[in-house]
Amino acid sequence: MANGLASRPELDRDRFVPRAGLVRGWVDLYLTMFRVAILNNIQYRVANYFYMIGMIAEPVIYLVVWSTIARQEGGEVGGLTPGQLAAYYIVWTLVRQMNIVFTVYGWDERIREGELSAMLLQPLFPIHRDIAFLAGWKLVTIVMWLPIAAVLTLIFSPALDVRPIDVAVFAVAIWGAYLVRTMLYWILGMASFWTTRGGPIFQLMFTAELLLSGRLVPLSLLPDWAQRLADVLPFKWTFGYPIDALIGQLPTGELVGGLAMQLLWIIVGVIGVRVVWRVAIRRYSAVNG
Amino acid sequence: MISPQTSATSSEPAIRVAGLRKTFNVPVREPGLRAAVRSLVHRETREVRAVDDIGFEIGAGEVVGFLGPNGAGKTTTLKMLSGLLYPTSGQAFVLGHVPSKREAAFLRRITMVMGNRNQLQWDLPALDSYELIRAIYRLEPAAFRTTRDDFIELLDLADLVHKPVRNLSLGERMKVEIVGALLHRPQILFLDEPTIGLDVTMQKRIRSFIAEYNQRYGATVLLTSHYMADVQALCRRVVVIHHGKILYDGELAQLGARFDATKTIGVTLVDGEADLSAYGEVISVEDGRVTLRVSRAAAPEVAARLLRDLAVADLTIEDPPIEDVIERVFASGSEAP
Repeated sequence: MANGLASRPELDRDRFVPRAGLVRGWVDLYLTMFRVAILNNIQYRVANYFYMIGMIAEPVIYLVVWSTIARQEGGEVGGLTPGQLAAYYIVWTLVRQMNIVFTVYGWDERIREGELSAMLLQPLFPIHRDIAFLAGWKLVTIVMWLPIAAVLTLIFSPALDVRPIDVAVFAVAIWGAYLVRTMLYWILGMASFWTTRGGPIFQLMFTAELLLSGRLVPLSLLPDWAQRLADVLPFKWTFGYPIDALIGQLPTGELVGGLAMQLLWIIVGVIGVRVVWRVAIRRYSAVNG
Repeated sequence: MISPQTSATSSEPAIRVAGLRKTFNVPVREPGLRAAVRSLVHRETREVRAVDDIGFEIGAGEVVGFLGPNGAGKTTTLKMLSGLLYPTSGQAFVLGHVPSKREAAFLRRITMVMGNRNQLQWDLPALDSYELIRAIYRLEPAAFRTTRDDFIELLDLADLVHKPVRNLSLGERMKVEIVGALLHRPQILFLDEPTIGLDVTMQKRIRSFIAEYNQRYGATVLLTSHYMADVQALCRRVVVIHHGKILYDGELAQLGARFDATKTIGVTLVDGEADLSAYGEVISVEDGRVTLRVSRAAAPEVAARLLRDLAVADLTIEDPPIEDVIERVFASGSEAP
């Protein structure tokens, strides 16, 4: 401490949970934030439902297009039957819901409206707030997704052949996908500290993600070089991999290997977030506050 | 700068600032197409000194008013002290911490309330947001509940904390907001216009709550407000800043003596109104009462003459209103080179 009046922890013992309860504190924090997020989103249940129904349009279009092509090609395209394509795009709707993260465009508003300053005044790294709030939102929307999935199943008759291990890996992989994408979009969103014209950069990344994640088209339908490129980029692990983990009948090695790749990208993402945040916040503190 | 008149109440200051400076590089561009094209290759900037070499100390438990016109550097200073802005140069210590490091131990001991900022969940009752604050600050649950319930009682919020924040009036929202900002019982309060836009009753309520908090927990308060009633009610000491420089640091009561060498004399004559311009500058004549402005030194002699020459029913000698004094302080700052 540089000053005589140092921090006096004895003053705080009656008010703060001691450091010994650190893990319990984190669990409590996340549970409380989940709760607040759920309460918030229940307020907007109708709006959330309309949002989800609107979101279904995208995979249904892909599904109709690819199913038509499959039928014209004699019953399958790239080894996928219309039933398998239906399974792919129905699971897609859940994975998409799971990997929604704080929008890169939200950063500009967050800075402009002073929300970031309010966050910086609290003893909590803001990414925890984003992770927990959107996770709580997902818990609400998963419940809302179930009837939508049932309707899609009735209409498109997916060919589903799922093993218990697929379900178990999928259950982990959708949260892994969420964390990988959170890190990625946080790093991208922090560009707002330097420019308010980040749109073209964001669009470039969205396009790469659309093509190489399995969102627009199952990765197995892409040429070999594109599949190899997708393997070394993070996008596949946020979209195509969780879907394939559930319906792709992947061997155990590939299932576990996919989780390892997600872990690797999470670690890379955490390091990236920390490095960029340090520089970004220094800039914010220099000019904005 | 005028040297401090008031010593800190503690030998160890809660806030210590020395040679603090903050400059911003602001882009400058002439209007027109040519200037727009030129700015593509050569971006011109202008250096703006928002805070210029200021220094002061505030003792633990002191309530200090931080005054200045818009753009004087008040908020920039508060932001540097709360860790939101890095100083360009100089030193700032708050409870022994360097604010710009934003250590968790530091953030748990301070709060900053900005009159127009909302940290509560808009769609939920304040009680839900308070729970979130408890979890973020890792407050011990029993102590948290005691503090929360105390504050709710003090501000008479029992009905309001169950309503969604969006359904509250501006004043009610400010009250629940202030409670949220103080639940972790910070030792330092940076209050930036905490009563802005509120009606007089609500301003009074917020003021008495801040005073009560200061008394109860011995917290240090640095307050900016354009409402002089806030400052008069809460602060014995004020720091006046203008163009980023400190013009005055001392007792609020001494501010008039330093910057406004006048007194006002109010006279009511037995026979009604009369022309009193021979005694001083007539400021107003209202309902038979004449208000004169005279120099501070001449005030006793003028009062004696009035009593001697005229049939006076009532006579008062007062300092000019604090708003007028502050205006003169700012004016003196504007005249400074």
